[in-house]
Amino acid sequence: MNAIQQDFVLAVEGLTVSFDGFKAVNDLSFYVDENEIRVIIGPNGAGKTTVLDLICGRTKATDGTIKFRGKELTKMKEHQIVHAGVGRKFQNPSIYEDLTVFENLEISFPRGRNVFGALMFKRDKEVVDKVEEIADLIFLKDDLNKQAALLSHGQKQWLEIGMLLIQDPQLLMLDEPVAGMSVAERKQTAELLNKITQGRSVIVIEHDMQFVADIAKRVTVLHQGKVLSEGSMERVQNDPKVKEVYLGH
Amino acid sequence: MSYGMRSFLPKSDAMKILLLAVLIMVVFPLSMDIFRLNLVGKYLSYAFVALGLVLCWGYGGILSLGQGVFFGLGGYCMAMFLKLEASTPEATAIQSTPGIPDFMDWNQLTALPWFWEPFHSLSFTVAAIIIVPVIFAFIISVAMFKRRVGGVYFAIITQAIAAILTILIIGQQGYTGGVNGITDLRTLKGWDIRTDEAKYILYFFCCIMLIGCLFVAQYVRKSKLGRLLVAMRDKEDRVRFSGYDVSNFKIFVFCLAAAFSAIGGAMFTLQVGFMSPTFVGIVPSIEMVIFCAVGGRLSIFGAIYGTLVVNWAKTTFSESFPELWLFGLGALFIGVVLAFPQGLAGLYTTWIEPRLSQWFKSLRSARPPMPSTTADSRS
Repeated sequence: MNAIQQDFVLAVEGLTVSFDGFKAVNDLSFYVDENEIRVIIGPNGAGKTTVLDLICGRTKATDGTIKFRGKELTKMKEHQIVHAGVGRKFQNPSIYEDLTVFENLEISFPRGRNVFGALMFKRDKEVVDKVEEIADLIFLKDDLNKQAALLSHGQKQWLEIGMLLIQDPQLLMLDEPVAGMSVAERKQTAELLNKITQGRSVIVIEHDMQFVADIAKRVTVLHQGKVLSEGSMERVQNDPKVKEVYLGH
Repeated sequence: MSYGMRSFLPKSDAMKILLLAVLIMVVFPLSMDIFRLNLVGKYLSYAFVALGLVLCWGYGGILSLGQGVFFGLGGYCMAMFLKLEASTPEATAIQSTPGIPDFMDWNQLTALPWFWEPFHSLSFTVAAIIIVPVIFAFIISVAMFKRRVGGVYFAIITQAIAAILTILIIGQQGYTGGVNGITDLRTLKGWDIRTDEAKYILYFFCCIMLIGCLFVAQYVRKSKLGRLLVAMRDKEDRVRFSGYDVSNFKIFVFCLAAAFSAIGGAMFTLQVGFMSPTFVGIVPSIEMVIFCAVGGRLSIFGAIYGTLVVNWAKTTFSESFPELWLFGLGALFIGVVLAFPQGLAGLYTTWIEPRLSQWFKSLRSARPPMPSTTADSRS
């Protein structure tokens, strides 16, 4: 049993959270493999964002376990979960508007994360090189000195993805990365995601079916806090239960 | 590119510190009599608090309405030492228990309380001025920030603590001097602090300490910790999910602001010659926030000028219209919040600085242009 669990990057079992009796996530189990891109879809209120909140420690589980490479995440604090190698992007672009693009990326650089370390932090060549490398990847190389508030919505989304990449997480969780983006930006983002998912596992929540089809290998459909269906995009799309949930009511 | 290297003290900031130092250490002493200069010294002791608030409130977004607590604790520590020195058995021979401070004798105490004993030592006192308020700030901030209490709730709790401490000091008259505070302070290690000469020396000492604190504040705000504070103010969750234990940074900056305030309190006691609960409670704590807001809560320099300007106005107006001053102060605060949220520093950066730099540019037009530092125009 244990040996099997080690093979998964993330193993969620029997996960339940209840808010005043309402079970937003109910006895949920799913597993994410090494280097897998998993897309979670589902109607509004299915508990998709709550699942990410539970994994990254923002919400505490009522019951169940979340094992990341054998480590139990439900007992850990948010920053410890990040140190373990889990990165999470929020639904609305969550960046530091008063700082420059460079400073936004620099803050996410995984060094000097305690009070003393932050006071002694030096902006050396290693940091600058890494920031430039990531900025190049997220199409923001020419905007490094720009104040982040002045970026477009799509650029802000990329910046936040860049802030995660600089941490080099082993599990990357993206909550609606293309929401509010133009068609051109969506294409660029799909390209970006395909590039950055090399060598790490990714969980994506998305509504845009075209985008899902572009990036997903396996899809999990959530409904009322439970897994309704799981498998390839084709299989899920043809599942009568999924059709009923999306179209039936 | 220019973001590669950035010193903690850019030229423009070094100029601002120099200008301030010249103003308070050369211009003021040459243009004022010792009575006015001593008043400025008193104002400057509040500037320590405003400086701490810039980091804590302006940068970190933590509004504390109880900085008077730390100002008071620092001031009381200093006052306890001076009071003990003034209460020799010879000087207090007429008391029923000679050798203890006069207010203790009036309150029928017959021995020095245990917590007063170590304040016979000057080195202990100097350490206590910083350590006592910082430990207190640490306890408050750990209790609040580890539980994620913040914003308005934190402000209300700090205000409540200021009220509680005032009531405690007033209630425990025999141990603290009650509502009168600790008065009649005379000498520091045998050196009379009430003479004009001593007042000059203490004024300069206060200026040097303030500039020292200014350097510390400058270092902190230019470090990654300073940028983290700004980031936390904006998107706390993003910082947390970038692998930082956010509460530790809040605790640090709150304790640092408390340490600045405490040094200010000690400077106040030395220059004014007494300490009382009037400087601990809610009203002075809020006044100190107003000094900071008027000067500009994002500017360490603005906070000092703001403190000087508001206090100068307070002295001037309350000499002529004592009843109107509080209304004036309220109006000033509302005006600043509504019209100039960045305070005096904001007015400087929007109106004066661009003109100054244009003027410098025209002076230097023959020479090659300087590298720009636009990313940091906020200071």
